[in-house]
Amino acid sequence: MDDLCLRMLDRFQHDLPICAAPYQAMADELGCTEDDILQRLTLLNQRKALSRVGPVFEHSRAGASTLVALAVPEARIEEVAAQINAFDEVNHNYLREHNWNLWFVLTGPSREHLDQTLEKIEQLTGLTPLDLPMLTAYQIDLGFALGKNSQVPT
Amino acid sequence: MNSALSIAQQQQLRRMLENGLALTSRPYQVFAEQINSTEQAVIEHVQGLEEQGFFRRFGIVVKHRALGINANVMLVMDIEDERVHQVGEALGEAPGVNLCYRRPRRPDWPYNLFCMVHGRDRQAVEAHVIELLQQHNLQQRPHHLLFSTRAFKQRGGRYNQTGTI
Repeated sequence: MDDLCLRMLDRFQHDLPICAAPYQAMADELGCTEDDILQRLTLLNQRKALSRVGPVFEHSRAGASTLVALAVPEARIEEVAAQINAFDEVNHNYLREHNWNLWFVLTGPSREHLDQTLEKIEQLTGLTPLDLPMLTAYQIDLGFALGKNSQVPT
Repeated sequence: MNSALSIAQQQQLRRMLENGLALTSRPYQVFAEQINSTEQAVIEHVQGLEEQGFFRRFGIVVKHRALGINANVMLVMDIEDERVHQVGEALGEAPGVNLCYRRPRRPDWPYNLFCMVHGRDRQAVEAHVIELLQQHNLQQRPHHLLFSTRAFKQRGGRYNQTGTI
C-alpha cells in the first residue's frame, strides 16, 4: 500500500462528500487524479480489503439492532456458527474467549423483528441468547486509523 | 421524508447503498439508472438521509483483517451507574478505541460498558488495554478482555427486510 492509499484511507473512511463525482472530490482534496483514486480502491477490492464505499447506517435511526451472545459447547461451535450465519439479520459473527463464546450483531427493521429472531435462534440452537441492546454510544465511528498518525496499536 | 423518489425507489436505493457505490466516476448515475430516476434526485435523497442522521459515517469501509489488523478485543467493564457516562465519554475519545457502548447488565452478565480495541496483534492490543485501564484508573473495576479468535461473518447490517426509512 503506497502513501496515497494510506492517506486516502485515513481521510475518507468518514466525511466523503455526497456529490455527483465523489472520487474526483477525493482526488481534489488529496492532490491526485480521479484515476489514482479508482485504481487504489480497485486494488483494495481485489485484495479483499475493501468492504464498500458508502454509508455505515446508524442502527438506532435505520432500524433496530442488538448485540447477542450464545454460550456454545465446544463440540457444537461449527454447527451453531453456521446456523447463526444463515440468518440474514446477522452480521459480525465472532468466536470470543469466554463462556459466552459466540458473539454477533442482529439488525432488523424493528425491535419486534429482533425479538422474533431471538426466539427462532433459541428454538433452532436450544441455547438461550444473551440480548444486549445498545443504551448509549460514546464514540463517533471514524473507521480505522492506518497511516502515519495511526492510533492503531502496533 | 420529503423525497422525489417513490417508497419503492427509496427501498431499492437503500439496498443498493448497503452494498456501496460503484467504482466509477458517476456512481449515483448508476443508482439512478437502476431505479429509473435522475442522478440529482438520488443525490438529494442520500444527502437528506445524511442530514437526518441515518448514517454513522459515509466513506470507505475496509475489511480490517485484510489490512493486517488481526487482533480485536472486546473490553467489557462493570462501571458504577453514577459515573458510567463520564467513563464512557473518556474511553470513547481514547486512542485506539473504535467503539464504546453502554449496554444493560443481565443476571448472568455483570458488565455494562463495552469498548472495541483493534490492533496488529494480540500482545499490542493487550498492552494498550492495560494502559487504557491505568490511565482512567479502572484497573480495580471488574473487567474482562474477550479476544476474538475467529470471524464467521463480517459485513454491514441489513435493515430492510420489510421496513423502510
